Amino acid sequence: MHELGITENIVNIALDKAKEAQAGKIVKINLVVGELAGFVPHCIEFYFDFLSKDSIAEGAILNFELAPAQLRCRNCSTVFCPQDTTWACPKCQSQSLEITGGRELYIESMEVE
Amino acid sequence: MKKIEIVQNILEANEFIAAQNQRLLDKHKIFAINIMSSPGAGKTSLILQTIARLKDKLRIGVIEGDVASTLDAEKVKVEATAVAQINTRNMLESCSLNANMVSHALQSLPLEDIDLLLIENVGNLICPSEFVLGEHKRVVISSLPEGDDKPVKYPMIFADADAVVINKIDFLPYVDFDIAAFQKALQGLNPEVKIFQVSCKTGVGIENWCSWLLSALKANS
Ligand SMILES: Nc1nc2c(ncn2[C@@H]2O[C@H](COP(=O)(O)OP(=O)(O)O)[C@@H](O)[C@H]2O)c(=O)[nH]1
Ligand SMILES: [Mg+2]
Ligand SMILES: [Zn+2]
Repeated sequence: MHELGITENIVNIALDKAKEAQAGKIVKINLVVGELAGFVPHCIEFYFDFLSKDSIAEGAILNFELAPAQLRCRNCSTVFCPQDTTWACPKCQSQSLEITGGRELYIESMEVE
Repeated sequence: MKKIEIVQNILEANEFIAAQNQRLLDKHKIFAINIMSSPGAGKTSLILQTIARLKDKLRIGVIEGDVASTLDAEKVKVEATAVAQINTRNMLESCSLNANMVSHALQSLPLEDIDLLLIENVGNLICPSEFVLGEHKRVVISSLPEGDDKPVKYPMIFADADAVVINKIDFLPYVDFDIAAFQKALQGLNPEVKIFQVSCKTGVGIENWCSWLLSALKANS
């Protein structure tokens, strides 16, 4: 479960930023997770509850925004979001595709008080 | 309530340590390969074949990170110049190596005595694609019994690979594996990728694979 290591990083970043902002409590953390990144939000939540205990992040809500997979056709440059697992360009049917989105994994913002 | 903008990559810490690992490797003129595959595709076997073929030319170190190691892993210990074992079995996080684990393993290896470092990652096609380790090349092994749809099912790991080794080619008469379809899907994701067809059992194709390794190593030094 690599979600554990990932969640450790989320907690560390959130606590650092809260300290910088001299916040007393972290209410909500907004995360962007790419559809292709291979991270399970449910597992991140599970570890978060465990790792944030007794810190100012305890009880914070994790809000996941799922970033869709985005592909660019190398043949005709069409950019599109694949609708199923068979990847092909909707315009020219080429399967030569560059992955241009969907791998994101970052903390976008957070709400503190 | 106050909103703080952050926009910070969560994998940044891993990437930072990976960059440190690579600087350490470069300082000691070590060329490092991250070998990834599903369990049983042939990582340990390919490492053994590579050592057998190249040990007169290069001093080869191995980082063993595969929990499901077979008896063959014992042979790696005998054949390699030096081996560091990462035991991920007792850690919760056992689906991939990360840069921190490799950084510890590097501390236990005689870096002065190594030219080529082969890193056997944990058997998994999802998680290792997210964690760079400090390697110079990323290699994915796909074996015939697994079927030819792996690049379609696990696009990320194949999109980032420098080389893909199609192993267990000796199975070709017995399984439905469309090599052309596999290559087409793979090259669609990754036009630059090097593809090798090998059998770690019969030794077919190992020479091609090893000459690519040697030339990649030379190009890096
Ligand atoms: N027939 C055949 N068997 C192979 C080949 N390569 C590996 N194996 C066998 O596949 C099994 C798993 O190989 P191993 O190298 O341990 O896979 P790993 O889990 O990726 O390290 C072992 O029993 C190997 O002997 C091959 O090219 N052909
Ligand atoms: Mg193995
Ligand atoms: Zn197109």
